[in-house]
Amino acid sequence: MPDAPGLELIRGEIERDHPGAVLATSFDRDQPALIVDPEQILAVLSWLRDTPGQRYRFLSSLHVADYLPAAPRFGVHYELLNRDRVERIRVKAMLADPEGDALPEIDSCTELFPTANFQEREAFDFFGIVFDGHPDLTRILLPDDYVGWPQRRDFPVGGEPVTFTYNERNYG
Amino acid sequence: MLRGDLEGEDLERYVEERVVTTTFEKMLNYARSNSIFPLTFGLACCAIEAPISVVTARYDLARFGAEALRASPRQADLIILSGRVSIKMAPVVRRLYDQMLEPKWAISMGACSSSGGMFSNYAVVQGADKFMPIDLHIPGCPPRPEAVLYGFTKLQRKIQGNPDQSWRGRYNAAGTEEWARGGPASTPSAEAAAAYLEARELSRA
Amino acid sequence: MAEQIDLTADRTTELMTVNIGPHHPATHGVLRLIVDLEGEVVRDLKPVIGYVHTGIEKSCEDKSYWKVIPFVERMDYVSYFFQMEAYCGAVERLVGLEIPPRAKYLRTIFLELNRIHSHLVWLGTTALDLGAISMLWYCFRERDRILDLFEMATGQRMHTRYFQVGGVIEDIPLGFEAKCRSFVEDMPVRVGQYEALLDRNEVFLQRTKGVGIVSRERLLELGVTGPLLRAAGEPWDLRKTFDYLAYPELDFKIPVGTVGDNYDRYRVRVAEMVESASIVGQALDRLEDGPFIADDRKYVLPPRSELSTSMESLIHHFKLVTEGFRVDPGEVYYAIESPRGELGCFVLADGSSKPSRVHFRDPSFVNLQAFKDMALDSYVADMICSLGMLDPILGGVDR
Repeated sequence: MPDAPGLELIRGEIERDHPGAVLATSFDRDQPALIVDPEQILAVLSWLRDTPGQRYRFLSSLHVADYLPAAPRFGVHYELLNRDRVERIRVKAMLADPEGDALPEIDSCTELFPTANFQEREAFDFFGIVFDGHPDLTRILLPDDYVGWPQRRDFPVGGEPVTFTYNERNYG
Repeated sequence: MLRGDLEGEDLERYVEERVVTTTFEKMLNYARSNSIFPLTFGLACCAIEAPISVVTARYDLARFGAEALRASPRQADLIILSGRVSIKMAPVVRRLYDQMLEPKWAISMGACSSSGGMFSNYAVVQGADKFMPIDLHIPGCPPRPEAVLYGFTKLQRKIQGNPDQSWRGRYNAAGTEEWARGGPASTPSAEAAAAYLEARELSRA
Repeated sequence: MAEQIDLTADRTTELMTVNIGPHHPATHGVLRLIVDLEGEVVRDLKPVIGYVHTGIEKSCEDKSYWKVIPFVERMDYVSYFFQMEAYCGAVERLVGLEIPPRAKYLRTIFLELNRIHSHLVWLGTTALDLGAISMLWYCFRERDRILDLFEMATGQRMHTRYFQVGGVIEDIPLGFEAKCRSFVEDMPVRVGQYEALLDRNEVFLQRTKGVGIVSRERLLELGVTGPLLRAAGEPWDLRKTFDYLAYPELDFKIPVGTVGDNYDRYRVRVAEMVESASIVGQALDRLEDGPFIADDRKYVLPPRSELSTSMESLIHHFKLVTEGFRVDPGEVYYAIESPRGELGCFVLADGSSKPSRVHFRDPSFVNLQAFKDMALDSYVADMICSLGMLDPILGGVDR
């Protein structure tokens, strides 16, 4: 992994080419992360992938985490891997939940990393995040007519309560 | 033996020792139970234990006559629901079950298909009973192949018209769900009720 | 009224959409494929998944950290130890816990045994799909020996919940080492027998050689890892590149293919079985005495013998079992090499005793994207062969 100074160097270089893209860095538990403005996510990802010194050409994983009650709420994580130097770096884009029925949007990176195809569909399926430019953004793991975004923190887990005699007798 | 060799009582005894009389139903059920064609249907982890592992050499299912696993539901008469039934898969399973021809049986293998198992959430149907009739439940996560074979022999006895007496019959008892929802078994018999009250008194003393 | 049917029209160029699955004798799990066929040639392929989606990741948010372990092992239900290792490793990194050397070696032993187990299941079922039906019985005979070893050490054949945060839950019993060694010595002989059945089998060669080739660059673009990538000639294995558990101290080779067709994938996995057997042998040699789980009572249950004598142990035990340990806020992504590729676990902790998000980057889910490339413009039979060699486990794909 690039260590903490290395991470700051990367941030500096991205700032030169795309000012305002990197909002913060974090080096927690030996894992570097760049927190990036969602509007410029494609610029940052393509910079990391194509710049001769960086070459993070393998997207290990694209996943979303819901940081409710913190705001902005959704964090889209891109785990990038440089296979030649064997280094990982994480890029996080924080999305807020828009008002009303609108869904949060971010650009799709399937052009840069074709592996993101299924993974963005999964993020859409579970969190309702729309990836602009995705070739086929439909539900992948849940039935097509399912209503709701299950993996959000405010969605109930579901299931049925188990019928225990004690509860039935005393609480009806 | 020629006609005239044995007479009267000897003849009767001779015949009795060699001929079995039974009803056609019993014979048919005997044949059915010993030549079940299971459907090759596996959903999740239990599928590795059965139908795959149970059919292999150590826990041979073929010795019970169920060697011919059929891929088409039209040719199978037993469906073993091995694994968790998700909400997307439930209509598919029901359709497969409907496509099977009578007589057909269903075994719900493992905790997940019997009752939702450890997955009490939005994505798993809490028990395949909710959408199709199940003849036998095998508990376990996953049940050992020996447990599956034991369940299989129970199913064979059920098919032969001689089912094992379930706990309801043995203890004259009612399940919590039936009792809670006020079903027909929610009032145990007088002896059972008296025995229960007596036991409660003893435990409080 | 009746339309005239043109009997001279060429009907083989009409595209026919066929639905394969989710219940099909050849799909490995409940995978549904919507295939556009032109005659027998596959022109387009769309996998529809989600038929065994269990909501495991959502369920995990509701459980304390150690209760997540049985959930998480049921994802990819053939390589259950790997899921446990990915999750426990991620939590250990979040918490900053070091596992003792004996635990590292024990974990490595069980992981490699599970790798052999997974490859045996793959070989048996894939050969069954291709028609070499007797392979199933031979492979499962070995698999039952591995499951006997698991049962000896952990009490369960599958889904053993053996790994815990900090090490393993119990030490291996007496007699395990001897039984394991005899298995490890037998394994290369058995693999030789499998190879004698299939390696030069004319039918097998015709069905697998030159079939399902995808270039290395395309596989890397699609995020494919594991034996599929190694068969295409890329020597990428997380056991060698990232130091985790006891792998840095063990000596083993990574089989790499050349062409990247189905035959290479078969050869790579079979060679991996032999390598794994040798890894288990080496790990057994280097197994030292010592604790099998870390000593930090904040995260690890104290040994039961102490509960009757020490009050602190009782309190720790009570706290760990009822509420569980708390983890400071943070997030970690930890990836290991499972039999199918890179298995990554992302754990987000928010300071409470339950993880706020557990996500698994499952290799089968990502590898499935390469299936279209493998099967396009080839026959349906080749598609079935490619599906077998792709080795998807739908529990991992659907989670």
